[in-house]
Amino acid sequence: MATAADRSIGVAFEKARAEGRALLVGCMPAGFPTVDGSIAAMRAMVDAGVDVIEVEIPYSDPVMDGPVIQRASDIALAGGVRTRDALRIIEAVAATGAPVVTMTYWNPIERYGVDAFARDLAAAGGTGLITPDLIPEEAGEWLAASDAYGLDRTFLVAPSSTDRRLAMTVEHCRGFVYATALMGVTGAREKTSDAAPTLVGRVRAVSALPVGVGLGVGTGAQAAEVGRYADGVIVGSALVRCVLDAPDEAAGLAALGTLSAELAEGVRAVRR
Amino acid sequence: MSAPALPALPDLAGHFGPYGGRFVPEALVAALDELDTAYREALADESFTAEFTRMLREYANIPSLLYSAQRLSARVGARVLLKREDLNHTGAHKVRNVLGQALLTKRMGKPRVIAETGAGQHGVASATAAAYLDLECVVYMGELDTQRQALNVARMRMLGATVVPVTAGSRTLKDAMNEAMRDWVANVDRTHYLIGTTAGPHPFPAMVREFVRGIGVEARQQCLELTGALPDAVTACVGGGSNALGIFHAFVPDADVRLYGFEAGGDGVETGRHAASITGGSSGVLHGTRTYVLQDEDGQTIESHSISAGLDYPGVGPEHAWLNDAGRARYAPVTDAEAMDAFQLLCRTEGIIPAIESAHALAGTLKIIPELTAELGREPTIVVNLSGRGDKDVHTAGEYFGILDGEQR
Repeated sequence: MATAADRSIGVAFEKARAEGRALLVGCMPAGFPTVDGSIAAMRAMVDAGVDVIEVEIPYSDPVMDGPVIQRASDIALAGGVRTRDALRIIEAVAATGAPVVTMTYWNPIERYGVDAFARDLAAAGGTGLITPDLIPEEAGEWLAASDAYGLDRTFLVAPSSTDRRLAMTVEHCRGFVYATALMGVTGAREKTSDAAPTLVGRVRAVSALPVGVGLGVGTGAQAAEVGRYADGVIVGSALVRCVLDAPDEAAGLAALGTLSAELAEGVRAVRR
Repeated sequence: MSAPALPALPDLAGHFGPYGGRFVPEALVAALDELDTAYREALADESFTAEFTRMLREYANIPSLLYSAQRLSARVGARVLLKREDLNHTGAHKVRNVLGQALLTKRMGKPRVIAETGAGQHGVASATAAAYLDLECVVYMGELDTQRQALNVARMRMLGATVVPVTAGSRTLKDAMNEAMRDWVANVDRTHYLIGTTAGPHPFPAMVREFVRGIGVEARQQCLELTGALPDAVTACVGGGSNALGIFHAFVPDADVRLYGFEAGGDGVETGRHAASITGGSSGVLHGTRTYVLQDEDGQTIESHSISAGLDYPGVGPEHAWLNDAGRARYAPVTDAEAMDAFQLLCRTEGIIPAIESAHALAGTLKIIPELTAELGREPTIVVNLSGRGDKDVHTAGEYFGILDGEQR
């Protein structure tokens, strides 16, 4: 049986580090536009060079997400996607060999049962969970369940986090830390954040864990820029938009492949 | 009078037993901590509480009357005392909360408030307080609601507020709350999020309660003066729950005073088309707090339904969840039809057109009178929170009763 250390996304970060580059994480909502469509999309991302797939389990009230991911989530939910479908999708994507990390809001997990979710996520081959609306103070059950099943825990840090909170939050993370580069929600922006390098530096001052930077990255050039100082470059809305704006599935997959390749090239363009 | 006291509950992290707390993006925690410190310091500062009390008195017509409704009482077989929050400036209890939070915003040195609104009442109240205290005001409102409540949109704009129609999701109140939360994350350094009820992440449920609890402090004293005794029961409608907590809180230590919260039962809880989070929902996390929520098997929020826009919300304040589980307050649903019967009864017996929200409180009250009379062996005295006036509901009620002339339909 795989140990927690084998399962951890830390292995993928180490590999990228050995190659002298940042890791590319690509996010897609489970079940968007359909269950099979989302599996195809995530496989296309892997084929085009995305290192890690972040599977977002759709939630009806995603306050940390911008309009693009909310629309995609709404489409997935209207299509009837369930939490157990998301776990099936995670299993299918993990079967490609690419590490899969999950992201979702707290209520779907609490409703599924925290321990049961951890058990089933681990069984599906997921490495761990990013929790955008769960702070360590409220995470007692999740701390226990993630320990029990050897899953990574990624809490968020933000430019507004005090030093004390940042240290406390990082201490509860395992696998990697998610630095929210902007005070804002997900969505590609023309300029990446000035606050992000400072925030990454603050995490490095208290921890050796890899740091992923999300919010606002949408082009290869931006991926290169963020890849200079972060261990992981996390891209969501820009990838989702490829599928959302496409006239049909084939065109969506083609656009997704093109952007994924551009982003993958971006993180490889700079030596660290 | 209504000097707010610091609460025993929630605990320092905002928990009411298993409910409450903070389920928010990390980016908001610093602002919530700042707000928590600021409101506690403000409530401990006599100059702040004196200014708040002065604003309520001079500007908002508060304390509101406790009115002995004699024709209604004779009709229903109970002594009914109406807490006339409908006579407050802007027409509802909500003015207490918005004035308190707007004054706190000034104290924190922030120039901008944002608010979410469903029917538009909280938006109008927020725009009013912002105009009164010279703050920039942006109100998020579901696009569907802006169409249904065009007059309130116009009111907010007259008062100088910017109204932003929200096109995401179901385009109603919960989506407006999501959008306001997003604005707050992005602009938190110069913006206060003026939440309209005793819900949301800590410290909002506790803080909003402190700003509205004067309703119960006043009613308790007025009832003693008027009748020489405490009431047998206190009743209120419950959506998010601010008017109910406002009137309940001062009575919580009075063990002989029964507390009843009436939720919006819509077409009936058994139909699934309702907004009764406690009686028809289950424990979950929504909009930053753990409480009773209308949700499906996967924890996705289910849309609520009620004839009353102010009660049409799929969650409830966490302190109500706790009062329910602790058995200190009892909660029951009231259907649209029952509420509208009570609405008409109050119009015809007292010449008071209530908000449809408040008609739910009255309808629930009528339902408990027989059991209360039997239990006490005498006619009960009941304080009903008449939380708002019905001007805003004239069109809805007119349609319901079929009394609009052709071209207004």
